[in-house]
Amino acid sequence: MPSVLVLSGWAFIPLALTFYFAFLSYNLQDPENTGWAGLSNFYYFFKDPFFVKDLINTIVLVVGVIVTTVVGGVFLALLLDQKFWGRGIVRLLVIAPFFIMPTVSSLVWKNLIMHPVFGLTAEIQRFFGEHQPFDWFGRAPLFSVGLIVAWQWLPYAALILLTALQSLDEEQKDAAQMDGANAVNYFWHIVLPHLARPITVVILIETIFILNVFAEIKVTSVGGFAGNLTYLVFSQLNDANDVGMAAAGGLVAVVLANIVSALLVRFVGKNLEA
Amino acid sequence: MARAQSNRRIAVMTIIGWTIGILMFFPIFWTAVAAFKTESDAYTLPQNFLTTPWTLENFAIVQERSDYVRYVVNTTLIVVLSTALALALAVPAAWSLAFTPVEKPTSRLSGRAWLAIMLGASGACFIVLYVNGWKVSNFFVGFGLLMLVVIPATIWVWTRNTPGTLLWMLSTKMMPPAGALIPIYLIFNRNGLVFADWGIVDLREFNLMDSLWGMVLLMTLLNLPIFIWMLFSYFKEIPVAILEAARMDGASLWNELFRVLMPMALPGIVSTCLLNIILTWNEAFWSLNLTNKNAAPLSFFISEYSSPEGQFWAKLSAASIMAITPILVIGWFSQRQLVRGLTFGAVK
Amino acid sequence: MKLAPLFLGAFAAMLASSVYAETTLTIATVNNGDMIRMQKLTDDFTASNPDIKLDWVTLEENDLRQKVTKDISTKGGQYDVLTIGMYETPIWGAKGWLVELTGLDDPADILPAVSGGLSANGKLYAAPFYGESSFVMYRKDLMAKAGLEMPDAPTWDFILDAAKKMTDRPNGVNGICLRGKAGWGENMAFIGSMANSFGARWFDENWKPQFDTAEWKDTLTTYLSIMKDAGPEGASGNGFSENLALFQSGKCGMWADATAAGSFVIDPKASQVAEHVGFTLAPDKGLGKRANWLWAWALAIPAGSQKVDAAQKFISWATSKHYADLVASKEGWANVPPGTRTSLYNNPEYLKVPFAKMTLESMNAADPTKPTVQPVPYTGVQFVAIPEFQGIGTKVGELFSAALAGQMSADDALAQAQQYTTDVMTKAGYIK
Repeated sequence: MPSVLVLSGWAFIPLALTFYFAFLSYNLQDPENTGWAGLSNFYYFFKDPFFVKDLINTIVLVVGVIVTTVVGGVFLALLLDQKFWGRGIVRLLVIAPFFIMPTVSSLVWKNLIMHPVFGLTAEIQRFFGEHQPFDWFGRAPLFSVGLIVAWQWLPYAALILLTALQSLDEEQKDAAQMDGANAVNYFWHIVLPHLARPITVVILIETIFILNVFAEIKVTSVGGFAGNLTYLVFSQLNDANDVGMAAAGGLVAVVLANIVSALLVRFVGKNLEA
Repeated sequence: MARAQSNRRIAVMTIIGWTIGILMFFPIFWTAVAAFKTESDAYTLPQNFLTTPWTLENFAIVQERSDYVRYVVNTTLIVVLSTALALALAVPAAWSLAFTPVEKPTSRLSGRAWLAIMLGASGACFIVLYVNGWKVSNFFVGFGLLMLVVIPATIWVWTRNTPGTLLWMLSTKMMPPAGALIPIYLIFNRNGLVFADWGIVDLREFNLMDSLWGMVLLMTLLNLPIFIWMLFSYFKEIPVAILEAARMDGASLWNELFRVLMPMALPGIVSTCLLNIILTWNEAFWSLNLTNKNAAPLSFFISEYSSPEGQFWAKLSAASIMAITPILVIGWFSQRQLVRGLTFGAVK
Repeated sequence: MKLAPLFLGAFAAMLASSVYAETTLTIATVNNGDMIRMQKLTDDFTASNPDIKLDWVTLEENDLRQKVTKDISTKGGQYDVLTIGMYETPIWGAKGWLVELTGLDDPADILPAVSGGLSANGKLYAAPFYGESSFVMYRKDLMAKAGLEMPDAPTWDFILDAAKKMTDRPNGVNGICLRGKAGWGENMAFIGSMANSFGARWFDENWKPQFDTAEWKDTLTTYLSIMKDAGPEGASGNGFSENLALFQSGKCGMWADATAAGSFVIDPKASQVAEHVGFTLAPDKGLGKRANWLWAWALAIPAGSQKVDAAQKFISWATSKHYADLVASKEGWANVPPGTRTSLYNNPEYLKVPFAKMTLESMNAADPTKPTVQPVPYTGVQFVAIPEFQGIGTKVGELFSAALAGQMSADDALAQAQQYTTDVMTKAGYIK
């Protein structure tokens, strides 16, 4: 299996090198002066004023976006499962955000929609007589980033759940209606259990991608307020040029990702057994 | 009576459905509007988007300033080649995982023994490096140490049972890219770890930095786990009996793969490729860090517009529209095939 | 198979990109107006040097810095000409990473403050393309409306007072626009120079960070309060470009920023307030230092480049008096790259440009070796020329930007800045 060989090379070689760098004192601006750094890279990474905050942000972002997209996704899927005029077009409109580059969507949201002076929301607020429109990325940076990420991933959740809904037997639906089950009961006892498996898939896949959300934070330049661990590592590398510390941070992030994935596998693993 | 009620229900649903559809799509629509306005009109868009004139000048400016066509060609090449390469690597892998599943780890060593081996190898490297002041002066020493750790790890993966291998593959996707950036950067670098003057042969002419080959290779590796994972679950659905029947009829391995397996799994393969195309098209982190010009894709093109001088919203919008239109069109046309892909094969 | 032609096409494209007939210079440059203008004017260079082909890599400032730093420190050799600033040049020059520049057009003509900042050990390692300081741009009409008159050398007290009086939020006018976007070259360029005028410094003579001093606290609280009273909404995301857009569209009464902005705010094609703009020196606090920085974007050649001769030729063309004349003849004197040559400021044609004199005075007022009131162990006005500064400046910038956004108090921001800087300096071995 050449794939396993290639993949393990891809996975282990950078990891091994990262281990090596994590114990090396290595500033890109000062490469002659390298050497054994002991645990200082880890020590100062944990001591970084943003470390705790960014760790919390990472988790809040993942959990927040997943909850939003799953709840919103169920709602959207139910809606798109109904018959109405122009459903095909609406479905195209709804799934469009998933195809948009993260860099593009961040730039658009930041500049055209949520900009506190020229943006659309500012204009609407001014229309209602507010002279100091809300500064989204300054006052509620994490929420704003979360909003963009959720906007991108909502269509994904909706599409999967819609597919799953459509595979729900027509007969089952009819039978439920015959029994006179009301909508809430029907949803709770038949639809939701049916969606359990696709929901786990959504959670699993979104976790992988949202743990490492990067473009949205970089482009909206809220790294200082609402950075996540990926951004912090990036900043150690590219702003501070400290390869050693970035490697140490990378390892911390790997550990976090592994904890999360271990939890997930234990939690949802059974649902995924083919 | 019932019919009227159902009509009313449809009307209500139509209103709700369209409202939400328009809301979701609105940012894209708004960008498209701004792209066709002049620069100063774009800033006062909300009040007068119907009254101000429409223009195509932004697209011309963007093309002139940053040669859009070149980026599209690069992106397309990277996307197509990396998808093809990943497909070539993933089909055999998924095939063997799906049809010759390994129930138990093939190695008789226990998990604890493997852990001890890994720790031993790392410990040996650690001591050698520590004695040398944590510096690697000789390339071959460094390479040897690296292999000392990587080879046992690879063997470990090799001997896992099928679910173990799959989970491990998925877990490689969880690695934060920022942590791996410097190693990858050094590997790609002209005077870095690999593409250096090796004495016998000078590999510097073949450096991967800012080359299409490098990006193709990287994108292939990035998406390979998802590729294998998805193909695996499609192959799983194909009854083994059919393959066995083909084998009975004397079909060669080649024929078994391409005449029997591939046609049956075609919808799955198509949707896997589609998803891969979207992910690769939109990839930003590695593209921004490892390309400059020759191999720069569209995400790089957009980053040039992230902070230029002064008023630039119309140009930014035009560039955005130019960057997303191709993939949006592909996505819309292929949405039905894609849906299966989006679930990574796990929803049936 | 349908894929075959695609593969072949790809091969052809890849081969084509690696075969060159002549010397091709790959030039990494920043995406600001002057640099873009140069790219359009290079026919003049290639006409006299037909064997040299120019290949541009245009990047946003932060991206440029990150890529160039990684490339030069790992000896990647991707670029033949680099665009770098006053911060990198002395550090890299002293390490021997740059080629000494010879054959420049009349090097004695370069402004001494600029050539001093681009040298190490007495050798010039980068040729200035344009130089800048900072000053205050203001709207004469709004100033008059507020019943005030801008002095030639304002104090902070006057600026703060005027900013409050000019603010007219119902009409979308903010008294003052200042940088707030995090970054050592963004908000810290401004706050750092402001701190100098308040008598604060980054480090004392023993490299001990000084954020716990009263001067810094005074600087930061003044900055925060004026931005609250008279600044635009969303100021924590505003860098140079964003403020330029705000000022050009008439949302700012005053704007303290780079002198290089001068040609953009008086350009009637881009600026809606072009005819109302006035210029004055950066403010002071009576301590003998004004809040203006000193910066130059310059062109340099990385050591180990195979194409040094061609690169030298190109750099001397781009930084020559001939190039200035070329721009003047095609785009007018206001668009000539400012702030590099004494002769430009002796040219009566150029002195007619409204911001010319003010730029020269501002640049001469900045002294990289004595940036602030008290003595310091470093050089650099709005930066500290040590490798660690880039990381420190960015992090402190993020903290101050968070304070501006209301995410934390000024005291917390200063305390964390002090803590972080102490850690970095300890780790790097400055503090024993």
